[in-house]
Amino acid sequence: MGLAKRVIPCLDVTHGRVVKGVNFVGLRDAGDPVEIAHRYDDQGADELTFLDITASSDERDMILHIIEAVAAQVFIPLTVGGGVRKVEDVRRLLNAGADKVSINTSAVQNPQLVADASGRYGAQCIVVAIDAKRVDPQGSAKRVDPGASSGDAGGEPHWEVFTHGGRKPTGLDAVQWARKMQSLGAGEILLTSMDRDGTKSGFDLALTRAVADAVDVPVIASGGVGNLEHLVAGILEGRADAVLAASIFHYGEYSVRQAKELMASRGIEVRL
Amino acid sequence: MTTIAVIDYGMGNLRSVSKALEHVAPDAEVRVTSDPEIVRQAERVVFPGQGAMPDCMREMDARGLRPAVLEAARSKPFLGICIGLQMLFERSEEGDTAGLGVFPGQVKRFPPQAMKDAQGAKLKVPHMGWNEVMQAEPHPLWQGIADANRYYFVHSYYVEAGKPELVAGYSIYGFPFTCAVAQDNIFAVQFHPEKSQTAGLALLANFATWKP
Repeated sequence: MGLAKRVIPCLDVTHGRVVKGVNFVGLRDAGDPVEIAHRYDDQGADELTFLDITASSDERDMILHIIEAVAAQVFIPLTVGGGVRKVEDVRRLLNAGADKVSINTSAVQNPQLVADASGRYGAQCIVVAIDAKRVDPQGSAKRVDPGASSGDAGGEPHWEVFTHGGRKPTGLDAVQWARKMQSLGAGEILLTSMDRDGTKSGFDLALTRAVADAVDVPVIASGGVGNLEHLVAGILEGRADAVLAASIFHYGEYSVRQAKELMASRGIEVRL
Repeated sequence: MTTIAVIDYGMGNLRSVSKALEHVAPDAEVRVTSDPEIVRQAERVVFPGQGAMPDCMREMDARGLRPAVLEAARSKPFLGICIGLQMLFERSEEGDTAGLGVFPGQVKRFPPQAMKDAQGAKLKVPHMGWNEVMQAEPHPLWQGIADANRYYFVHSYYVEAGKPELVAGYSIYGFPFTCAVAQDNIFAVQFHPEKSQTAGLALLANFATWKP
């Protein structure tokens, strides 16, 4: 009896279409954003996250039209991220119908943006997205074996923050960065394992748990979901407040409702 | 034609509220407005609010909306949402801010020491997501809505009503807290009906036809 854990389908959007990348390359087209948003709403999605992966800024207005269209028909919370650089960008997305705005690369380049946006519109609508990669003992990030459970190797595991869709290392420790973002006014952390993203091998549970335990704001686990058991593990072992997935829902492998039914059967409180 | 005024004082996203009202009351004229005169003339008034309560109070006053809000709260169907609920009370711990004082009571922050679930696990603040809303009393705005239905919340402060008969609904997050109050022509909720799918739309539809 209490707050439900959330299941959040993620829609990567470019040129007005929903796509899903595999490790941010090899994009596949998955359909019309409004139609997909409707489908997830009908299946019982708790929120929807839209990530605008459009590269050029002159095409950015397209996401505003998509959000306007979705917000007029789908009455659940909408988070929008991608290319948010200024408080003005936050304002435009909120006015288009977004309930929360996700800030990623710009939070690293200009942490004051998080403070300014949170101060102006409230922490409840500011999500900081953190893309993290596991760092080996020598100190440089490297890809882990997707099948291996990270965190069980010798020594304290740690993770580095990457920006620009996982291409650019920052030297920042992901757990410390999450704490700093909370102190600057992030109301929620969207945490993506870049090692796992697109691999379907499950969340990086050690990363999820390290961040979830380190902050007082909700943490959304992301990156690597390949089946419904992964969602259960993200909550029970990763201690996430919400789980985000894209491809398993887009291609009809599983419905959101199936995900929640399995979670409920494992004792996780969900909205059914 | 019924006019529903959604009071706009520059704090956050009112598109969701207006779109949801248009969806459930297609024959009504929904006006998002900061014009006190339009608020005065409207048949029904929705008083939303997002962000920090000190900012909400300041922006409301900067637009000269306080008299129109108080008049509406005395005289016509009035729905407060989120900070719009909190602003109806006497005082908030958030920035030690005076509210409108329509209702006796205080707005308090979720206390860190109380934020544990039954298993002792840490509860996050803000309280964000879908929680069950227990109906403390029958009310026309609950009509057709099952008890303990889930609504979408996002907030770090909650109201502590100064008189128990105000409480129309409560939720549990670490402890039971008031998430809906009702008196005469006023109904106000901590959660977001405009973001709470079927159950939220049902509440808004009830409001659109409510004759207190």
